[in-house]
Amino acid sequence: MSTETNTVTVAGVGMHPWGKWGRNFVTYGVHAARAALADAGVPWTDVDLVVGGETVRNGYAGYVAGATFAQALGWNGARVATSYAACATGAQALDTARTRILAGLCEVALVVGADTTPKGFLAPNAGERWDDPDWLRFRLLGMTNPAYFALYARRRIDLYGATPADFAQVKVKNARHGLENPYARYRKAVSVEDVLSSAVVSDPLHLLDICATSDGAAAVVLVSADYARRHGLTDGVHVRAVSTVTPTFPHTVMDMPNLSTDSSAATGEGERTFKESIAHAAYEEAGLGPEDVDVAEVYDLSTALELDWMEDLGLCKRGEAEQLLRAGETTIGGRIPVNPSGGLACFGEAVPAQALAQVCELTWQLRGQAEGRQVEGARVGITANQGLFGHGSSVILSR
Amino acid sequence: MTSSSTPIIEGWFTTGEQPSLLGSRCTACTTVYFPPVPGNEGYCRNPACDGEVFETAELSRRGRIWSYTDAQYQPPAPYIAPSDPFVPFALAAVELPEGLTVLGQVAEGYGVDDLAVGAEAELVVETLHTDETGARTVWRWKPVTELGEEADQ
Repeated sequence: MSTETNTVTVAGVGMHPWGKWGRNFVTYGVHAARAALADAGVPWTDVDLVVGGETVRNGYAGYVAGATFAQALGWNGARVATSYAACATGAQALDTARTRILAGLCEVALVVGADTTPKGFLAPNAGERWDDPDWLRFRLLGMTNPAYFALYARRRIDLYGATPADFAQVKVKNARHGLENPYARYRKAVSVEDVLSSAVVSDPLHLLDICATSDGAAAVVLVSADYARRHGLTDGVHVRAVSTVTPTFPHTVMDMPNLSTDSSAATGEGERTFKESIAHAAYEEAGLGPEDVDVAEVYDLSTALELDWMEDLGLCKRGEAEQLLRAGETTIGGRIPVNPSGGLACFGEAVPAQALAQVCELTWQLRGQAEGRQVEGARVGITANQGLFGHGSSVILSR
Repeated sequence: MTSSSTPIIEGWFTTGEQPSLLGSRCTACTTVYFPPVPGNEGYCRNPACDGEVFETAELSRRGRIWSYTDAQYQPPAPYIAPSDPFVPFALAAVELPEGLTVLGQVAEGYGVDDLAVGAEAELVVETLHTDETGARTVWRWKPVTELGEEADQ
C-alpha cells in the first residue's frame, strides 16, 4: 500500500485526562474532540464524518453515539456513524472512518470515544435475563471479570513458571512509564512489594494487578491523502492496518463472559487463537511483521494479560514473555517497549475510549512527542485489545 | 440434598448419584454445545455446517483443569451470596473429552491449593444458594484425588 496515494493520515489526536471526574461523558468527548481538531489544525467545519464509540453498560445505548458528540460540537451537517465493539469499540469506529475515507466517501473524519464509569466490579445491566451469558455468569457462578483474568494468569504460572512477582513487575514498569503522562489517572511509582501486599481479588491476582474503571475520552482526526496534501499534513502518522476480526470456529479459549468454549471435537483445533488472529490480520494488512514493531500498546486489563499479549503479537515466543520482562526489554529503552503510556495500569479502563487512547499514544510516540516517556526513534507501533462477545482489535500505525 | 432442591437452571445438568452436564449435539456435524441449545432447535455455529437440529448429549463427567482461580470478594448482583458474611469460593475451567471447556464453581471444601492445571476434576451437583422454593443446585467441579489422599482433605 503506497503511503502517498492510498493511506489515511492521523492528522490530530486528543484526550481528556482519565480519572473519576463525575461529569457527563459528552463533556469529556467534546474536550478530546476539540483537542484533536486543534492538534490537527483542522476546523470543525471541515469534518464531514463523525464516528462515535458506543457503550451499553454505563450509558444509554442510542444516546452514547456519534450524533451526540456532533450536536455538542455544533451540528455541521456531517455524516454520522456509531460503533459498538466492547473494548474494541474505538478501533472499530476508527475503521469506519478510515474505510469511508479510503472509499472516497469523505475527507475528514472525527472519531470520538468517551465514557463515565461506576465504581467497583463491572456488572451486567439489571433485570432477570436467563438467556444472557453475561448475566448468567454472575448468577450461576459468581464469575467476575477479574476471575477470567486470573484464569489466564494462573496458566502462566502453572505452564511457564511465572510468579506473582513477575506480574507485579509489569505493574511497576507501567506505573513508571505513566509517571509523566498528563492523561494518566494514576501517576505514582509502585513497588513489587506494594502489589504483593495488596489484597488478593482472584488468586493469583492482587488488587494492584487489576485495572480500575475510569472516566475518560479520546479522539482522533483522520484525513484523506488528498486532504493531507492540500493542507500540508503529509509528514504525519499513517494508519497501516485496523484489524477487527471475529474469532474463528472453534474458539476454544475461555472468554469473558462465556460459561464455556466451542468444542473442537468435530473440526479440530484452529491454526491460531482469537488473540493471535487479531494481530495476524493486522500484520497481514499492513504488510509488516512483529520484527518491524518498535512500540506496543496492549490491553493490560491485568498485569499478566500484558504478558499474554506480547506472545499473541509475536513479540516473543509462547511462554517467553517473563524473560523479556525480567531483562528489562519491555521498558522504555529496552528492545520492545510495551505500554509506554502506562497502559490500563495507569489509566483504568474507559471502554469506548480506550482503543482510541492507544492510537493517541502511538501517534505521539511516532511523532516523537511523548514527553517523559518517549520510545526513541519509534517508527512502527501496534495496539491490541479484546473485549466481550468476540470483539477485539489491533491497529498498526507507522511514521 | 433434600427433596425440595431444584436446579438453578432447567435442562443444563442431571442430578443424582452420577450427575452430568447436558449439552446439545448437532445431528449434522456432531459438534457438541454447552450450554444446551434451547429446545434442541437452533443454528449450528460450525461455519461449515448448516445443521439446525440437535439432540441432548450427556457430557463426560470428568475432565482436565484448564485453569482455576477464586473469588475472594463477593461478586456483584445478580450473584446471590449463600451466606453472610460472604465466604470465598474457587472456580475452575475444565476441559472435557468432547473438546470444550466448561466453567464452574469448585466443590465445597476445596480451594485453589487443591487444584492444578492439567489435574483431573469430576462433576458434582451442590447447593448454590437457598431461596423461597428451597435449595437451588448447580454443577460444580471437584478435584479427583487418588485413593488414600482423601483422608488429607
